[in-house]
Amino acid sequence: MSEQHIKLPEGSIEKTTTTLNLGPTHPATHGVMQNILELDGERIVSADQTIGYIHRAFEKLAERRPLAQITTLTDRLNYCSAPLNNMGWHMTCEKLLGVQTPKRVDYLRVIMMELARISDHLICNSIMGVDAGAYTGFLYVMQYRELIYEIYEEVCGARLTTNMGRIGGFERNFTDKAFQKLEKFLEEYPPALKEFENMFQRNRIFMDRTMGVGGIAAQRALNYGFTGPNLRAAGVDYDVRVQNPYSSYQDFDFIIPVGSTGDCYDRWLVREQEMWQSLSILRQAYQKIQSFKGAEADVYHADTPAYYLPEKKDVYTKMEALIYHFKIIMGETEIPVGEVYHSIEAGNGELGFYLISDGGRSPYRLHFRRPCFIYYQAYEELVKDSMLSDAIMTMSSLNLIAGEMDA
Amino acid sequence: MALTNDTIQQRLQEKFGESVSAFRDSHGMLEFSAPRELNLKVLNFLYDDATLQFQFLTDLTGVHYPSNKGNELAVVYHLHSLKQNSRLRFKVFAPIENPEVYTATGLFSAANWMERETYDFFGILFVGHPKLKRILNVDEMNYFPLRKEFPLEDQTRIDKDDEMFGRGGTIK
Repeated sequence: MSEQHIKLPEGSIEKTTTTLNLGPTHPATHGVMQNILELDGERIVSADQTIGYIHRAFEKLAERRPLAQITTLTDRLNYCSAPLNNMGWHMTCEKLLGVQTPKRVDYLRVIMMELARISDHLICNSIMGVDAGAYTGFLYVMQYRELIYEIYEEVCGARLTTNMGRIGGFERNFTDKAFQKLEKFLEEYPPALKEFENMFQRNRIFMDRTMGVGGIAAQRALNYGFTGPNLRAAGVDYDVRVQNPYSSYQDFDFIIPVGSTGDCYDRWLVREQEMWQSLSILRQAYQKIQSFKGAEADVYHADTPAYYLPEKKDVYTKMEALIYHFKIIMGETEIPVGEVYHSIEAGNGELGFYLISDGGRSPYRLHFRRPCFIYYQAYEELVKDSMLSDAIMTMSSLNLIAGEMDA
Repeated sequence: MALTNDTIQQRLQEKFGESVSAFRDSHGMLEFSAPRELNLKVLNFLYDDATLQFQFLTDLTGVHYPSNKGNELAVVYHLHSLKQNSRLRFKVFAPIENPEVYTATGLFSAANWMERETYDFFGILFVGHPKLKRILNVDEMNYFPLRKEFPLEDQTRIDKDDEMFGRGGTIK
């Protein structure tokens, strides 16, 4: 191709900086997102983020779906911790419908949510290792995520996009096998986590790569709408589980770890400590579950036949179950008019659901407050004047999940 | 001392008088609206007031009410006072012919993308926004997909009428 065929943008000959397209399909972005970086040598002058590559219009889709069918959409937000999103959605519906869940359901939900949080943090922290050049940790901890996925499988039948639970509780009681698998996980995971921690926490290379990289001050982080581990790493102890307890989190005793500098290393440490706290919550929840005896031990959903989708085998054999199944699916149940905002502490921070109901069987409007989407806009500020390799580190430490960002 | 919804309402009414209206309690959260010209004044007041301190923008989004003539589009702010642990919902309405609302980016950096998203889906123009362009949809798109006039289902299908969704007929 001769030179006259190449059309260069205006001013690109005199330009002293280099433009680099990081993404949309770059192995280091761990998701479909693009960053147009202006580089002066290896130093970043500016970054321009483009997102939306996997936008699937969930908010529009939700306007034509009955409440129970929206659960599958929430699976695909943060797919590293789908049960958290599912539970958040069920609780939003319950708030609108005025459903009170029994304690046992709350504790079962806490178990699933904390397992999901561990699997989410585990991915983020081990991927940070990968981006710093340590693949081993990532591969090693995957077998423990597998244990979590096996519990999911035992509870709902699916592994990644779980569609777990129902409005009012769970679709079936946890089997003994599910609890055995939980016990197995509680036994085998802590030593592995300790090992994983030993590999990174005081590792010279890892510390050099992450300390003082991509830091943000608490004031700026709050202004940018940071939530979750990324905000706590900057030193703000905001956690929805404590600030606005849901699903009986007030019954549990746990610590909110905070960092100080808000850099990649602090984010890593906060996630690491949160996993230990989640393990402690899991043990407490399991203990509480075991204390239910007799008929109470069989409770796995709220007694709200008008909203709780009955079990399939009951639908085929029992009259009432068949009637309610029909009513719920055909939209004959009374949905209250109102507006609800409910938020939970998801893997990445405050996952909010803003639901407007006009009494129809599907929402009039549903908006997801996706933590990733909100804090990713700070990325330019985080990476400006740093090296290209630090930008990669910063990106993975934020735990950006394209599914959640693009909804 | 916990901040109650009544106190917030009182403080707002002292400051803005009749301008702030439609106060109601929505599942424990205070909700109110103000004329769109006042949105920044209200947000600034909520931010700066020593007893309120609503300094965290939790969420910003839009809603389309086609039947609400003259005020078809709403911008909904969810604010959180972390110090008082109190949340509120604040709405401003704008006509669809001229959907201009002042940007909150000066106050909250977080509003930047949330406003871009709201523009992208509802066409609400945020006056003074540093870079008001589409964010999730393609730049070439020439409509605003979350407005109610864009039906989701194939219009040739009669088995999926809105009546099936408990709304009686198509949305006007």
